[in-house]
Amino acid sequence: MVIKSPQFHARLHRAGEAWQVFARNRLALVGLGLVLLLAVLALLAPWLAPFDPTQGELLSTRLLPPSGTHWMGTDDQGRDILSRLLWGSRITLFIVVLVAVLAAPIGLAVGTAAGFFGGWVDQLLMRLTDIFLAFPRLILALALAAALGPGIENAVLAIAITSWPPYARIARAETLSIRQADYIAAIRLAGASNRRILFGHVMPLALPSLIVRVTLDMAGIILTAAGLGFLGLGAQPPSPEWGAMIAAGRAYVLDQWWVAAGPGVAIFVVSLAFNLLGDGLRDALDPKGSD
Amino acid sequence: MIGLKVEGLQVRFGDFTAVHELGFEVAPGESFGLVGESGSGKSTVLRAICGLAPHSRGTFALTGEGELPAPGSKAFRRRVQMVFQDPYGSLHPRQTVDRMLAEPLAIHSIGDAERRITAMLDAVGLGSAFRFRYPHQLSGGQRQRVAIARALILEPELLLLDEPTSALDASVQAEVLNLLEALRRERGLSFLMVSHDLAVVTHLCERLMVMRQGRAVETLAAPALARGEVAADYTRELMKASAGFVRA
Amino acid sequence: MLEVQNLRVSYPSRDGGLIEAVRGVSFSLGRERLAIVGESGSGKSQTGRAILGLSAPGAIVTADALRFNGTELLRCSSAERRRLRGRSIAMVLQDPKYSLNPVMRIGEQIAETLCAHRSVSRTEAQRRVLQALADVAIADPERVAKLYPHEVSGGMGQRVMMAMMLIAEPELLIADEPTSALDVTVQLQVLAILDELVRRRGMGLIFISHDLRLVSSFCDRILVMYAGRVVEEIEATKLHEAKHPYTRGLLDCLPRLGAPRHPLPTLQREEAWK
Repeated sequence: MVIKSPQFHARLHRAGEAWQVFARNRLALVGLGLVLLLAVLALLAPWLAPFDPTQGELLSTRLLPPSGTHWMGTDDQGRDILSRLLWGSRITLFIVVLVAVLAAPIGLAVGTAAGFFGGWVDQLLMRLTDIFLAFPRLILALALAAALGPGIENAVLAIAITSWPPYARIARAETLSIRQADYIAAIRLAGASNRRILFGHVMPLALPSLIVRVTLDMAGIILTAAGLGFLGLGAQPPSPEWGAMIAAGRAYVLDQWWVAAGPGVAIFVVSLAFNLLGDGLRDALDPKGSD
Repeated sequence: MIGLKVEGLQVRFGDFTAVHELGFEVAPGESFGLVGESGSGKSTVLRAICGLAPHSRGTFALTGEGELPAPGSKAFRRRVQMVFQDPYGSLHPRQTVDRMLAEPLAIHSIGDAERRITAMLDAVGLGSAFRFRYPHQLSGGQRQRVAIARALILEPELLLLDEPTSALDASVQAEVLNLLEALRRERGLSFLMVSHDLAVVTHLCERLMVMRQGRAVETLAAPALARGEVAADYTRELMKASAGFVRA
Repeated sequence: MLEVQNLRVSYPSRDGGLIEAVRGVSFSLGRERLAIVGESGSGKSQTGRAILGLSAPGAIVTADALRFNGTELLRCSSAERRRLRGRSIAMVLQDPKYSLNPVMRIGEQIAETLCAHRSVSRTEAQRRVLQALADVAIADPERVAKLYPHEVSGGMGQRVMMAMMLIAEPELLIADEPTSALDVTVQLQVLAILDELVRRRGMGLIFISHDLRLVSSFCDRILVMYAGRVVEEIEATKLHEAKHPYTRGLLDCLPRLGAPRHPLPTLQREEAWK
């Protein structure tokens, strides 16, 4: 593939302009920073974690409060909470990325197809979307867990299946207004096939709103995964999934508050980070394309 | 050079008939105008010709020498192109000028894209500096030039123009009108132009048809209109309105 | 009536700098018709909005003087400014689609404007609304008053807009491209109504437009703006004697019915004009 140098430069320049708008929002930068921090910590967990996340000294290190050796204390199995959090960030990232990678393309494809073709295609796809929208996430997760057995993969599947419908709606709404535009008429007049128009012209314009929505959804996805973990439907013990950690810490929340507080704060911070990032992206991406 | 013959064209949107039984002919190499106010159906006629609006009755076909493609076919697209009214809406906001010019060539598997693109940008008065710009970096006049370049990149012979200058400032309009005239002369193009502005239409077109609420009012030569030799009252009304306000 | 000296309007730009939309505009207006003509980006609309205090948020508006009937507008509180708007100074915008409230009936909207500025009884308000609609040559005021904005044509919508703006009997009307979105034949009708209203009430009028020829027959004086500054001030009747090359260029570059010129003369923009 040949990268036409001036074309590449033009794209870079435009990306630079978008970055400038984004970077002016301090909170968005904070959000981005935290998300990047999550990624780095997840990546380097094996080297950063001071202790073993799954094995603990039941006798000597059980339920120790935060101290110099155990920055966040230890849990009821004697495991260092900080190490568990670090390893658990991998699971959080895994969930978040997988759901985005699964749900967003499905939503985009369904939504743009429905909006672009209209007629019975639209009707069919939107009714399909409605059906999936009707599924409550937790019930579906329970059903999947009952059918396929509990586990992190099934939890991700359940969340992904119930996440794509709103993305399809957004993509469809965007496509409906894009479809009327003269620039679509122009490329149609040049003899472009429907496929070319859909993938090359419509989808790139529907993408920004979708990206913003997905980012803002991340917080909800993390909380849902935590909820599933809390119910025992997500990652199974001794896996250090943050939601399961809170569940385990429930019994000790009054006297050994740190067992639940650690993962709780982690979930809060990451959710907030994605929210700030999503807001910043929306401000940077949306008002740009249209004059 | 090719022309266009339209007979008995009717365009309906549900219950509403936008164009009633319209017929006219554009001779090969001629510049023909459709004039009317909003609701006259003039833009709808253009859209029906390129297949962007459905026509329920009537025929239209290209005229002239040689093998002529049927409307709607891919070959038709190479011979007939359109310039749209709104320079702010006719360019894809996330594509560079280069991409917009290269894509039609790619669709029709026309080689030598590099040379054609640079030649076309020169022909419309934009230098190569504009090649990798995005629409939001261009002024209204520059965008309209890009739209013209895009329409001409496939080397069509009939150009449909939907109010190409009505969204532009007066000074920019003059430049674009001059450009269109020059390009027509150089390339032997036929024009079918739609406008609400009598002065613009008489400037650029040789013959014109006045439309009102989907129907033809009269067809006349531009010089005749300029001299005031009009048959219909509505045309006279339009001319009076174009002359401007007269203070009581 | 209106005294403007060295009006400046700036906006913060994307990369932290300042975009000057209006750069030192000065003029005075009595009970006459003044046209402000320019192309897009000339600052003509911004000038009109600044007078009313309707510039977009983030705008920095300064002037040595911006006086209406002796009151210094820039030193007024926002409440005072609001009171002036509608009662003493009114503005008619280009597209009635965007200026009329789509979910309120026409009669209600006009009555709302009246009641905001003068205290009148309900019946009196009703009567005045119907009178206002009749003043703008609407044949069936009672029927139109019950309609919603989307149910009337562009020309009628613009007349409704004028009725709404003029019901509180302001002294000054600022019309920003009031007929640009209308068909040619409808334009003349609306202008005729505006002409009559302004004359009968002895109002001052600022007519903002891009159409130099139109304002030359409608207005008394013309200000030509380019890049935020006034480049020429001339009496409408003496337009053909315009001295500034930009004004001459604008006049020349339009195609004329019956006087064909191929190619059309185009404007050669000079840096010096800025």
